[in-house]
Amino acid sequence: MTTLSDPPQDQGFRLSQLIYDTRYRSITIQVIAMIVFMLIAAFLIRNTIINLSALGKDINFSFLSSRAAYDINQQIIPYTSNDPHWRAALVGLLNTLLIAILGCILATVIGVIAGVLRLSKNWLTAKIMTVYVESFRNIPVLLWILAFMAVLSESLPAPRAFRGEDATASMWFWDSVAVTNRGTYVPSPVWGSGSSVVIIAFLLSLLGIWAFGKWSNRHFEETGQHLPNFWIKLGILIVPTVLVYFVMGRPITLSYPELKGFNFSGGLHMRNSMLALWLALSFYTGSFIAEIVRSGILAISKGQTEAAFALGLRPSWTMNLVILPQALRVIIPPLISQYLNLTKNSSLALAVGYMDLRSTLGGTTLNTTGRELECMLLMMLIYLIVSLIISSGMNIYNKSVKLKER
Amino acid sequence: MSHSTQSLAYVRKEMIEQQPAPRSQVGFTRWARENLFSGWFNTLLTLVSLFVIYKMLAATLPWVFGGVWNAESLDQCRTILNERYGDTHYACWAVIRERWNQLLYGFYPESQYWRANLAFVLMLASLAPVLFDKLPRKMLYLTMAFPFLLVWLVWGGTIWGVLSVAVGFVLAGVAFKIVDRFGSMALSAIAAVVVAVVWWLFIGPSVVDGLNSVAPLGHLQEVQSRDLGGFMICVIIGISGIALSLPIGIVLALGRQSDLFIVKTICVGFIEFIRGVPLITLLFTASLLLNYFLPPGTTFDLTLRVIIMVTLFSSAYMAEVIRGGLAALPKGQYEAADALGLDYWKSQRLIIMPQALKISIPGIVNTFIGLFKDTTLVMFIGIYDMLGLSNAIRANAAWNGIYWELFIFIGLVFWICCFAMSRYSQWLERKLRTDHR
Repeated sequence: MTTLSDPPQDQGFRLSQLIYDTRYRSITIQVIAMIVFMLIAAFLIRNTIINLSALGKDINFSFLSSRAAYDINQQIIPYTSNDPHWRAALVGLLNTLLIAILGCILATVIGVIAGVLRLSKNWLTAKIMTVYVESFRNIPVLLWILAFMAVLSESLPAPRAFRGEDATASMWFWDSVAVTNRGTYVPSPVWGSGSSVVIIAFLLSLLGIWAFGKWSNRHFEETGQHLPNFWIKLGILIVPTVLVYFVMGRPITLSYPELKGFNFSGGLHMRNSMLALWLALSFYTGSFIAEIVRSGILAISKGQTEAAFALGLRPSWTMNLVILPQALRVIIPPLISQYLNLTKNSSLALAVGYMDLRSTLGGTTLNTTGRELECMLLMMLIYLIVSLIISSGMNIYNKSVKLKER
Repeated sequence: MSHSTQSLAYVRKEMIEQQPAPRSQVGFTRWARENLFSGWFNTLLTLVSLFVIYKMLAATLPWVFGGVWNAESLDQCRTILNERYGDTHYACWAVIRERWNQLLYGFYPESQYWRANLAFVLMLASLAPVLFDKLPRKMLYLTMAFPFLLVWLVWGGTIWGVLSVAVGFVLAGVAFKIVDRFGSMALSAIAAVVVAVVWWLFIGPSVVDGLNSVAPLGHLQEVQSRDLGGFMICVIIGISGIALSLPIGIVLALGRQSDLFIVKTICVGFIEFIRGVPLITLLFTASLLLNYFLPPGTTFDLTLRVIIMVTLFSSAYMAEVIRGGLAALPKGQYEAADALGLDYWKSQRLIIMPQALKISIPGIVNTFIGLFKDTTLVMFIGIYDMLGLSNAIRANAAWNGIYWELFIFIGLVFWICCFAMSRYSQWLERKLRTDHR
């Protein structure tokens, strides 16, 4: 893009060359840009210092280690109101990450199903999926979060509807899942002694599957023989773990929710705020992912399918070996930005009272300590780091599936 | 040959009339066979879809069409429904009818609704020549005047304030033209900025004060920003953000693509920072922290702060979209522009940008749609947009417990706007397609 001027004539350096000579002009522009940038930064920092001193405040992060004195209704790590602010922020961050991971998984499932069904030969199904995609894409996610919350808290039965002989509501899946307007109760695992051995066995079998996959690939390359990979992998996944589970005397049991008094106890309590946020974010992002998947599959020209058929590949192999690897290259970059969007949209938890990073560090901590500047800076920094980690992680994956060019 | 014909038992003498195709091969039957029942899986899908559609319609249609349109409160609604059907599982559209004005205008003074309406009509009229190039080009003058008209009509006051801002732009343009005759482009741009800033900061305000006291021309009742709300605030923030984020996004994208290291670093840092944090944290920064960053004693209108933040937010996304368009252009285009001897700005304006922008139309419009949807987030910093108003309406004793009617109305308004935008972008893409596929 840079244009090169004629070779210099022997006239020595003149000041006007700073503007007219393309070799020096870029330096001039950069120096000016730098000066302007520094001036703006100095202006903002000077204002901040003056304003802070006028209010008698300073920039000090020591409030993070003082007592938080507020409760968080959903904790992944143990937390009480006696814990310091930084731990409250950590609990919030973990809640944000939990909703982001759950949301990304469910959104991908919904998006892939909807995207594939939109291409289905069945006219009716394709049209239903079009309606789903167009309605979710064109309405703000905040409205969806509020609407899902309203569904959960307004139209589901109260726990007391499950009481008595003539209960108006009943639990699902053989009395194991209770869906109420105060949240959904599902069975939770209880880790008895020896359960760690089962988990280790399970992890080892995962490792075994990976090793077997490598070996069977090599075996195929050398001999050309196909092994029944799927069934062997399934066997490795299930058999050792189940064996260890029974050998150790069934250490892992389930705790079922039971109606006690006016509410359920036992089991895992999934709050409505979390469910509403999770479902709304997943369906909203899922509609975008559906479009990405659809365009990714459409981007692969029909000749590829025909060529695969001409080679005698079965339809399932055509999909797995020819279409998907190529479609993934088109799908993954926009998919990364959808995952990032979902993570950032999880900060809308505010609307339903889910205690995420914004509600702990950027909400209650900010309000009780009055340290707006520090809290906001810290919160932005954490979000920035999370975003950068997600995008760089996905970029590594993107590189691994990318077309290997010369 | 003749004897072989005679040996045949039967030869038809005349052509048969053309028969209609079998019933299963034409019309709806054939279409249904091919598209709905072509195999056992397809048939299953059709049956499941029909079941889903039936369930959805059975649940919603009676609710929607059996609704009550005339009532003062939710209790009254339910009484009417009980009398009519014996139960209350029907919509109460009366809330839309009663709060219609509030949902559209927020707390704007009722006697001044005509101003908002006029501004809306003017907005459509000034958008039209931008969107459709068949319309007379003279209408673009209205487009240029519209931002000032909008501020004057919506916020009120005399016309001198906005005129003085407009004069600043005119003076900048004149200064640019004059200096351009003697010096280079960079010098004239600097001159234009200096003249405009001097006018806005030092000369303009006193002139406006003087004119206001002598002849308060076109005085409209002043309306505070906190009284704006509803659909109106969404449109104001959305349109301003859309109009401002495109040029800023172009500049950022060019900066990110440029060879100048420092300029590039600044642009990359800005874009990655904005894209890495949620919009809501930026909005909270605008409402909580901006006072720290400004000189002591400056007060800043909350709506203006929100517009600035929303603009910065979407301009970073816009920059990435346009960068994609720039990267998609073949390198030969850049080299051809250089070969023609065009300087950087001319080659960008005449060769690179028109093509890059055309490629990135879908992404640009998607960013616009995202921006318009994100205007709902202002409810968190105390601006009463439609969602904020729906909470406020629910807080009223008369309408306590009403959800779906309001959500459906708001959703429908957004859906219409966003769907129209996406359809327009598809139309524009088809119109601008110049490759012969």
